[in-house]
This record gives sequence, C-alpha cells and structure tokens, in this order.
Amino acid sequence: MSIWSYANPRKFLDTTAPWVPWLMWLSAAVLAVGLVWGFFFTPEAERFGSSVKIIYLHVPSALMAINAWLMMLVASLIWLIRRHHVSALAARAAAPVGMVMTLIALVTGAIWGQPMWGTWWAWDPRLTAFLILFLFYLGYIALWAAIPDPDSAADLTSVLCLVGSVFAILSRYAVNFWNQGLHQGASLSLDSQENVADVFWLPLLVCMAGFVLLFFALVLLRTGTEIRARRISALRARARRAEPVRA
Amino acid sequence: MRALLARDLRLAVRAGGGFGLGLAFFLIVVVLVPFGVGPEAAILARIAPGILWVAALLAALLSLDRIFALDHEDGSLPLLATAPLPLEMLALAKAAAHWLTTGLPLVVAAPVLGVLLHLPGQAMPWLLVSLALGTPALSLIGTFGAALTVGLRRGGLLLSLIVLPLYVPVLIFGAEAARRGAEGVPAQTPLLLLAGIGLGCAALLPFATAAALRVTLR
Repeated sequence: MSIWSYANPRKFLDTTAPWVPWLMWLSAAVLAVGLVWGFFFTPEAERFGSSVKIIYLHVPSALMAINAWLMMLVASLIWLIRRHHVSALAARAAAPVGMVMTLIALVTGAIWGQPMWGTWWAWDPRLTAFLILFLFYLGYIALWAAIPDPDSAADLTSVLCLVGSVFAILSRYAVNFWNQGLHQGASLSLDSQENVADVFWLPLLVCMAGFVLLFFALVLLRTGTEIRARRISALRARARRAEPVRA
Repeated sequence: MRALLARDLRLAVRAGGGFGLGLAFFLIVVVLVPFGVGPEAAILARIAPGILWVAALLAALLSLDRIFALDHEDGSLPLLATAPLPLEMLALAKAAAHWLTTGLPLVVAAPVLGVLLHLPGQAMPWLLVSLALGTPALSLIGTFGAALTVGLRRGGLLLSLIVLPLYVPVLIFGAEAARRGAEGVPAQTPLLLLAGIGLGCAALLPFATAAALRVTLR
C-alpha cells in the first residue's frame, strides 16, 4: 500500500470524495474561530490601531499563494516522471485557487497599505514579486485553457510550471535588486528575533490552519470535478465513435 | 545546424520574411513615447534607457510566433525533427536565427534612437552592451514560449501572456545597467547578472523547448 495507489482516478475519487464536505466544514469552523478570535478578542496594536487585524487574512492567503505554486510544481514533476493523470489534474485544479489567494493577498495588502503607508500600491519588491506571481498563474491557466488535447496540455503546462518556477524565483531576487522595500521583513519566521507577540500569533496560526484546510478542500473538490469532466468527455467520444457514419 | 541557421536567415531576409518589421516597430514605439510624455529633454533623457529596453523587448516579442509557426504550417517542422540533428540543437539554432534577425538589428539601431530620446552620450556604450547581452536571452525565452504555443489558434496573444512574465528579470537587469550607465554609476553588477541569465538560458532552455516541441509533434 503506497501513496501511488491513489494515482488510480477511481480510487482517488472514492477515497477523497467523502472527505470534501468534512474538510469544508472543518475549514469553515477553524476559520470562524480564528477570524472571530483575531477580530474581536485581540488588543489593538500600538502603532497600527485596528488595521492590524487584516493580517488574519493577508498572511495566510500569501502563504497559500506560494504553497499552491509549490504544490503545482510537485504535481507537474510527478506527472512528467510517472505519468499519473490525477497528478496533472490536481495541478490544474490548484492553479485558480492559488491565483485567487494571490489576489486576496494583493487586495488585502492594498487595503492595509492605504491608511498605513498612505498608498494603495508601491513598487516594493515583495508586492512586485506577488504581482509577477499573479501573472504566472494567469499564463499557466490560459495555456491549460488553450490546448484542446488533454495530455498535450498537461505536458506543456508542466514544462511551463517548471520553467516558470525558476523564473519566478529569479524575479523575486531581481526585484530585490531593483528597488528597496516598504514591506516589513518576515516577522513570523521561527528564527527571527522580533516575532509578533503571542496575542496575535495564536489566532493567526489558527487562521493559517483554516486556509490550509480550505485549500485542501477546494483542490480535492476541483480535482474530483476535473476527473469527472475527463470521464464525461471520454464517454462522449466513445458514443460518437459507436454511432454509424452517415454519408 | 549551420545549414538550418543559414536557411532560417535566408527565409527571414527574403521577401515576406518579415525581416525589419521588428526594427520598424522598435522605431515607431520610441517615436510615440515623446508624444505621450511631452518633448522636454530632461524627462526624456531620464526615461530613455527604460523606454529603449521596453521597446526592444516588445519588438522581440512581435516576431516570436513566426519562429515555429511557418515551419509548422508548411509541414517542415516534423521533417526537421526527424533530421539527425537533436531537437535541442534545433531549438538553439532557431533562437540564434531569431536573435540575428531581430535582436542584433535592435542593438545596432538602439544608439540612433537613443539620440532621439536625448540619451546622454556616456550611457551609449552601457546601453549597447546591456542590449547585446540581454537580447539573446529574450530570443531563447521567446523560442521556448513559441514552442509551447505552436499550432494553437490565437497562439499569439497567449504567447505574449506566457513570455512577458518570463522577461521580467532580463528587463530589470538590462534597464538597470543602462540606467546606471546614464547616471555615471558603475554598472558592472547588473551586467554580470544579465550575462549570467543569458548563459543560463542558453544552457537550459533549449531542453525545455525541445521537450515542448516533442509534445507538439506527438
């Protein structure tokens, strides 16, 4: 019994389909706890006032925006190496979710930046890198949509995902070189000296867990949808072939 | 490989090959900019390196879909793929041909257009060097994008959507080198990084291009 047995679409569907509603409810519950805790039961930060509460949406969505691309990268590699269709479809399913996460991070960042930095947008390295990541998601999704043959589409988008990952990292460091930042450094990393205070950290952790659960629920749901859509098109193709050819 | 390069160059230069279209596009974009931002010499001189880089990038983008599309239409692409030449070398030859017909003329024309935009004289060598180092990377990345979208309807728009984000690092380092040259600051670091990107692209991207072509030709 290995993880590869889930490469069988039927086994994958049978196993994950019952999980999806549970994951949905669980993520809704965890998010509700985290957000209510964060919004109503934490003190206001000294310098930021109540605007600090947007981090309960901003940080988890930014986290998932990057992790979704990582997941697509791993899934693309699995598809290219082991040719498991479920893997390619999971990469396809994750892309729009990741794109929306990127958009949430950008929009919440803009809403926070308006009162705090006095501007909706600044060409700061982190902001710019996220905008570029958003463009990568757009191109990836557009390429999936444009190619009619599903296997070629999976191959080509996987290659694009690999090359795009390299260039995304390159862009991340290039924009560092290009402009100095307004965005604060990583204040959540485990090794940093100035982490945020525990009062904010704990509800934020709950919100991050909620976003991770939400991501899993959505990706499993969408992968199931893709598998079923593929099955329908296969059945249609079979039906067309069975029809007698009319002159 | 040399024969393929010569063939592509001949096809591009002869009638209907579209040689010089990219150059004309470069000229038009640069001429349009002063109409947009006003004719003040100080402003133009300040934005000239960036404008020249963006215009060169767009001009290189314009001719990308021709790299494989014509060969795909008349059926010579499968023949080229079955030739003894490895597909990776084919990708490299195609990129080289694209650079010789698009990138190199842009590099040569850039100083003339720089004069139009009041680019300071001390910036000229830096602009030339940065374009000469950067445009091969643009051609290589573009060849990869063209291989991904060959044979698709409306491939052109999709091609620009895919390729333009990949152009970001090249544009940043190239324009930065030209800008530093214009201000008289040492521009060695961005130039070295730009050269690194170009060499990395030349070493690795032909493999990705060939992988994409194999899928398309399957």
